[in-house]
Amino acid sequence: MSIFPYLVAAWLFLVGLYGVISSRNFVHIAMCLAVVQSSTYVLLLAIGYKTGGVPPIFAGAQVGTPAVDPIVQALMLTDIVVEATVVALLLALAVQIQKAAGTVNPDRLLELQG
Amino acid sequence: MHTLVPLPVAIPLGVAAILGALNGHVPRRIADAACILATVAVGAITLDLMVISRHVPIVYWFGGWTVRAGMAIGISFVIDPIGAGLASFVCVLVLAAFIFSLHYFESVGTMFHVLMLGFLAAMCGFCLTGDLFNMFVFFELMSAAAFALCGYKNEEPSAQQGALNFAITNTIGAFMVLIGIALLYSRTGALNMAQIGRALSNQMDATIIVAFVMIMCGFYVKAAAVPFHFWLADAHAVAPTPVCILFSGVMVELGVYAVARVYWAIMDGPFAAHRPALSGLLLTVGAITAVVGAIMCFGQRHIKRLLAFSTISHVGLLIIAFALLTPDGLAGGAIYTLGHGMVKAALFIVSGILLHRFGTVDEYHLHGRGRPHLGTALVFFAAGLGLAGMPPFGTFLGEHTIERAAELAHQSWIDVIFFFAGAITAAAVFRVTARVFFGWGPKHDEFSGGGKHISEQRETKHSGQGIPAVMFVPAAVLVLLALAIGIMPHVHQEARVAAFTMADHAGYQARVLDGTKLPDAKPEVEYSPLAESLARSLGATGAALGIAFLTLAPWYPRKNKAYRPIRSAMQVLRNFHTGHVGDYVAFLTFGVAAFGVVLGLLIKRFGF
Repeated sequence: MSIFPYLVAAWLFLVGLYGVISSRNFVHIAMCLAVVQSSTYVLLLAIGYKTGGVPPIFAGAQVGTPAVDPIVQALMLTDIVVEATVVALLLALAVQIQKAAGTVNPDRLLELQG
Repeated sequence: MHTLVPLPVAIPLGVAAILGALNGHVPRRIADAACILATVAVGAITLDLMVISRHVPIVYWFGGWTVRAGMAIGISFVIDPIGAGLASFVCVLVLAAFIFSLHYFESVGTMFHVLMLGFLAAMCGFCLTGDLFNMFVFFELMSAAAFALCGYKNEEPSAQQGALNFAITNTIGAFMVLIGIALLYSRTGALNMAQIGRALSNQMDATIIVAFVMIMCGFYVKAAAVPFHFWLADAHAVAPTPVCILFSGVMVELGVYAVARVYWAIMDGPFAAHRPALSGLLLTVGAITAVVGAIMCFGQRHIKRLLAFSTISHVGLLIIAFALLTPDGLAGGAIYTLGHGMVKAALFIVSGILLHRFGTVDEYHLHGRGRPHLGTALVFFAAGLGLAGMPPFGTFLGEHTIERAAELAHQSWIDVIFFFAGAITAAAVFRVTARVFFGWGPKHDEFSGGGKHISEQRETKHSGQGIPAVMFVPAAVLVLLALAIGIMPHVHQEARVAAFTMADHAGYQARVLDGTKLPDAKPEVEYSPLAESLARSLGATGAALGIAFLTLAPWYPRKNKAYRPIRSAMQVLRNFHTGHVGDYVAFLTFGVAAFGVVLGLLIKRFGF
């Protein structure tokens, strides 16, 4: 198993964080969070991958056939569902803040200081 | 009895689903009644589970998928008195929040109820689960409900901003937890905490350190440890009062609980030889959190934000309790969580009463306006005494237990932190009491003057001259409960038995994986002299009263030069709290990196 997917996961995580830190738009921040989240997909799939493995469907397969790990795939699906909720919520909040304050730029919202 | 186990999650989710499906067709009072009944039922069940699990922790496998040959196939709830006790405490606060909100949000539909029930179910599941990934899912469910509840006041831009800051930082925290779980899975092929713990045994290497740092930092974002704490003040300042009760009273503390659970179920083996490194690092984090929270608390004029920083300070104390890495520290932390959660909830309820009555929670605007409400003043003041840790409040018993544990671990310096945090946060509450309810002192003062005015939207429609009983009674009852915890005879022993059960690494694994019960890890009976803690906590109370008096005293020179260094130090600290989510995430990233590097260096390079 090569180290390459792990490097991709680390890169996605960091570049997504950089996006969140430097962003000036709440919608953009929500998308950057989705990038951070993709790093968890890559990591989970990389952990479960087996070189030469078949899909984990065992009906009719011979005992001892190498297969990729289905558990991490289930985790990843759960992760997608959970995070879809969160991103939807973030976007809804961004819509509300645009309605209330007329901006989605965190730099222009100065009430919560100190 | 085991059929009861899934109910704390199933009941609220079921009721929430029904209310959600019938949205708009359920009369408000029926929805209220259904929520209160569901909460009481869950509270009774979790209390029952706490009593049953006192001797043998309950292991429940969903769908009957039990352990085969030491391998967990299904998902389990593992219930011990600390988890079940925390879940029933959640129910107490949710009940208080529902009763308080009987007067609330009359125009909107039942979505508030649905979200609160989802929040309740997630917190209960989080306390009871024995599966690491399941814990993550409940963590995210809890967070999603919390984000939505936080931004519930739709028209206020600051409410949306607070909710967004909260959601973004906490979601990143959740990703870190997930990465940690994935790394542990890659190492052990397990998600069940007992099985991971057994597979790791005493091994220690870089992967395990990284995994633990990720999980711990992720949960400490929720627990608002410095430098992950910024979101908390924003979210609490803008969230509706009943939601603040739950945020401050228990949700934040669940972050500390999660790390304690993961540590004692999984990481106690790997870290057995490296305890001084972890303990030292966490004690430092806890102490910094307690001090920063206390100072920022004193510098606020917005009452909810002030209470929010006080929560940060007290969570720092809880982190210290866990950081001792002994069952005694854990027992103290458990008692302290109850005592603090109740007085803090009461304080937030009073802030909600002020908002209901006067339409603002700005200390300066409220100057002297609370004069007719002596009963409310008394509750607020008494809760302040509880924050200072005055006997016989539950907080005193908790602090005393923690200090005793620290003494045994040769870390007595933490007494100073407890004194400081208790005195300063209580002084801030006393200052508010004197100013709002008695009109003492000038309208402005040197310290809180730097705080901003945050516009607040009324949460209630009508407000006559009086204070509705449904608002006042929960606050008074919570303060009395905080007193009861400190007075009840067996709390200390029971908490110690519970903590020893939770910290019994081998016993936990045997119970879950082998279905056997090891002999009880019994705490030897020891009674420590109360005198030292008594002097410390009375001193802290006295100091708090003194500081509050000095800030308000008319003859005190306001332009005193001696103030200047304190003020500029406070301003420096204040400047970090920018309200800008990008800055918060930058601090978060830096904090995680620093934490990992320091822990790695301590263990690998210096051999602690």
